[in-house]
Amino acid sequence: MLYINCPHCGMRSQNEFSYGGDASVKRPELNKEVSDQEWDNFVYNRKSLRGKHLELWQHISGCRQWIKVERDTGTHEIFRTFKADEEVA
Amino acid sequence: MTQAFRIENGGLINKDRKLSFKFNGKTYLGYEGDTLASALLANGVHLVGRSFKYHRPRGFFGAGVDEPYAMVQLYRNGETEPNIKATEQELFEGLEAKSVNCWPSVNFDIGAINNFLKIFLPAGFYYKTFMWPKSFWYRIYEPFIRKAAGLGVASTKHDKERYEHKYEYCDLLIAGSGPSGLASAYAAAKNGAKVILAEDKPRFGGSLLTSDVNIGNQSGKDWAEGIIAELKTMPNVVVKNRSQIFGYYDHNMLVMSEKVSDHLPATKKYHPNKRLWYIRAKEVLISSGSIERPIVFGNNDTPGVMLSSAAKEYLKVYGVLVGKKPLVFTNNDSGYETAIEFKKHGVDPIVLDTRKKPESEIIDEAKNLGIKIKNSYVVVAAQGYKKVKSADIASISEDKKQLGEIENLKCDCICVSGFWTPTIHLASQSGNKTKFKEEIDAFVPGQSKQNEVTLGAANGVFSLDETLKTSFKAGSDLSKKITENDNEVAIPNVVEKKSSQHDKFWCVPLPKGKNYKRFLDFQNDVAVSDVEIALREGYRSIEHVKRYTTLGMATDQGKTSNLNGLQLVSEIENKVVPAVGHTTFRPPYTPVSIGAIVGREVGKHSKPTRKSPMHEWHEKNNSVFVDAGVWLRPRYYKKGNENLFEASKREAKNVRTNVGVCDVTTLGKIDVKGPDAAELLNRVYTNAWLKLPVGKARYGVMLREDGIVMDDGTTTRISENHYHMTTTTAQAANVLSHLEYYLQLVWPELNVNVVSTTEQWAGAAIAGPKSRDLLQKLFPNSDVSNEGLPFMGYMEGDLFGVKARIFRISFSGELAYEVNVESDYGNFMWEKIIEVGEEFNIQPYGTEALSTLRIEMGHVAGSELDGRTIPFDNALEGLVSKKKDFIGKRSLERSAFIAEDRQRIVGVVPLDKQTSIPEGSHLVKDDKAPLPNPKLGHISASCWSVEYDNPFSLAILKDGKNMIGQKLFAMSPLKNKVIPVEIVSSHYVDPKGERVRS
Ligand SMILES: [Zn+2]
Repeated sequence: MLYINCPHCGMRSQNEFSYGGDASVKRPELNKEVSDQEWDNFVYNRKSLRGKHLELWQHISGCRQWIKVERDTGTHEIFRTFKADEEVA
Repeated sequence: MTQAFRIENGGLINKDRKLSFKFNGKTYLGYEGDTLASALLANGVHLVGRSFKYHRPRGFFGAGVDEPYAMVQLYRNGETEPNIKATEQELFEGLEAKSVNCWPSVNFDIGAINNFLKIFLPAGFYYKTFMWPKSFWYRIYEPFIRKAAGLGVASTKHDKERYEHKYEYCDLLIAGSGPSGLASAYAAAKNGAKVILAEDKPRFGGSLLTSDVNIGNQSGKDWAEGIIAELKTMPNVVVKNRSQIFGYYDHNMLVMSEKVSDHLPATKKYHPNKRLWYIRAKEVLISSGSIERPIVFGNNDTPGVMLSSAAKEYLKVYGVLVGKKPLVFTNNDSGYETAIEFKKHGVDPIVLDTRKKPESEIIDEAKNLGIKIKNSYVVVAAQGYKKVKSADIASISEDKKQLGEIENLKCDCICVSGFWTPTIHLASQSGNKTKFKEEIDAFVPGQSKQNEVTLGAANGVFSLDETLKTSFKAGSDLSKKITENDNEVAIPNVVEKKSSQHDKFWCVPLPKGKNYKRFLDFQNDVAVSDVEIALREGYRSIEHVKRYTTLGMATDQGKTSNLNGLQLVSEIENKVVPAVGHTTFRPPYTPVSIGAIVGREVGKHSKPTRKSPMHEWHEKNNSVFVDAGVWLRPRYYKKGNENLFEASKREAKNVRTNVGVCDVTTLGKIDVKGPDAAELLNRVYTNAWLKLPVGKARYGVMLREDGIVMDDGTTTRISENHYHMTTTTAQAANVLSHLEYYLQLVWPELNVNVVSTTEQWAGAAIAGPKSRDLLQKLFPNSDVSNEGLPFMGYMEGDLFGVKARIFRISFSGELAYEVNVESDYGNFMWEKIIEVGEEFNIQPYGTEALSTLRIEMGHVAGSELDGRTIPFDNALEGLVSKKKDFIGKRSLERSAFIAEDRQRIVGVVPLDKQTSIPEGSHLVKDDKAPLPNPKLGHISASCWSVEYDNPFSLAILKDGKNMIGQKLFAMSPLKNKVIPVEIVSSHYVDPKGERVRS
């Protein structure tokens, strides 16, 4: 069971969180022309990579905040966590 | 009844307390402190079971967790549990056990004919033989295998025992209470670290209980007792026996199974049977010791052949002689320690040592005691069927290839030592890349992956002096990092005998003309010849060899077989062992009761139960409940002998003719507040929200980004910046997360807050032509006329002194209202509605009537919004704005979603107006078409229309728009029904929607 550092609450066990997928996906702006390819990439196409991955988790049984977690999908090592509005350098 | 193999003095058992127990129907006596194994051995019982594949007689091989054979069916306090290791089960008064895996009895086993007839089941046997003919599998092979093979029998009764889960955090978790565990725990505890020390056996001390050593001028055992006693007094230390750490998971989470009650005749009141500990540790010290390896020789599975360390443990801990004419077969000094113990208790052992001229302090001691030693000698084969009677022995050449003349030696047990294998399972589970250590012919942990350190024998360190030094240091250093204390602990001086180098010898060659079975894996009956076959047939990877032969795949996970298997593969393949590599160790290290894993989450506790504030009223009024997610909702209210169909029909009819009331508390409710609330709704819902006035409700549909309908519901503008959103019962949690996702991540600039208010409000839907009359009487001071409170209107009212929210919304399609009050007043509201409604013939209605009402109105619900449909499919395209953008809009342009013959909701009526159509039935054009009959659509929901008094269903049908009036067939192979049907409009009742506006 992962041990995730919620930037709002501190270290918490994985069973308090729910997974939210790739955090690098950006939703196209509203009311903007979007090509089929762009939209497909946003809705469907995801890399299933092995290695460092920036992903979303929601602290659903805690502060209910969505957070960003930098995690290695192969080793499950968590490097850093960020608040939703924090820039990831 | 005599314990003929119990020694007069010695052992750590309590001889003042005799215990009586039964094995295979026969009564025996043992002592408090015995295991079932030691008590049986004290009574001279060596035959405990039959092997898995060949049904060969099986005895005891080990004395603890490494035991591959001695599994029994245990009976305790009216319950039974299969596959309990006799070597781990502590004896209690009245214990009963039976052999597993033998049919009809352990002494006469029909399956053993396999063995006598030499129909040996070689490697891959199951794969090859049972493949054909196919029809034989169910009729012949499977029943035979199930009966003749297999282990114990699980109980089919409800388990009366209770199991607990516990979450714990600590600085240092220490697995194993041998010398390294004790030393590191002590040092860390002295530094003030929070320590958990876990020992799987009842007694602490590990190898110190059986080894002849001195620590700080005391015996090893006394030193261990002193340390444990001191640790138990320290508030920062938890010391647990009977507790096996069986899994090492991510981020230093380990799981431990504590046997709280298995050693007692019955579980004490309020105690659990087992307790599962989830421990998050900052540092983990693995001091799990090592397991002795067997040497492979002919018939080495005969009862009476056992590990030399086990024989020593039975003697020193339990005071039991495993034989009175023992033969010790060893390639290292450990065998001598066992021989010396035998000799000390008046039994004359013979030692066969594979080495030519070993010299050490231990060997000198054995010689001084007059123990007979034969160097460069091996056991070629054990003789005797149900028990060792003698051994064929021979000298062996220096290159270990040639055997001398075979001699027969009488003996009643053969104690084998092939040196030691570190127990690296936990380190390996942690992700540690283990490495092969030439000097000990075994794998040891390499680079740590998580915060784990392996100490002592588990790390391949067999010298006590070195083990204590490194373990005190590790405990001290790791705790210092955490607590910043540096309290010095004096390292005691150690007296131990030096041993000499072991012999890298593990398998006795077959003598000419003999074809003895030489077993590697005792539990799964994998012999040397099986691995040879696998390699001959082209399997190379050790993982493939393992699966093909089942080597190491039994419940003991190859604790005694893995390394010998690797040695064999490496020898045949002419590779070194590390190049062959070992198979992956996975949790659990030992089998764990399913009950312990499940814990308290059984039956009603498997999920929470949510009840509305009116629940007790429903109960008192003969409600039959149904699970709606985690909620319990009234399905119908039973009157007299009514069944579901009759009751729901009555309730629905009463709504259509008079007035009914339904508990809608379970609907999800979300407060949406803030200056940008309308903008959020406008982006989330498919229709327009910016112009909704205060005091008005609107129906909305929300999509996922892929265009699929996610949920629907009404949202009401309570005040300028305050909206009350409702969701379906099932999607309430998902919708809240969905809104939070967009507010926090996608549009953080929106100034809106959302919070669930589902539990803050109790809700009652009042529906039917007389609902307004009733409402007026409930709220005499409010104007609830069609003008005062029009369709989709909202107002606040005073319900006999209780503040209420009144919404004019309808799911039933009738003139209807929803009244909400704060939850604590829910029951008050409900009783008032019933009381005042009496003159209008009010009746409560449940979910079944609710479904009927919505189905015949063509209102969609979860069975249509099933995660596969878009707004058009549900005839909701009128709610999709063309002017503004919203979540999922772009996806609605996908070609499949705008196809001419796109699926769409329709109504379905059976031609005979009699036969109800099972939900899930397929709609097809031709009921006689060959399979697979092309499916045009499916029945999503069915009811008995109370308006027309005939069956009516909703369906999602391909090209549904153009199918009205067509005749099709509804086919349900599950219910074996073919029903001719006509396709009609989904709005079966009141298609213009006049009633809700009346
Ligand atoms: Zn949090």
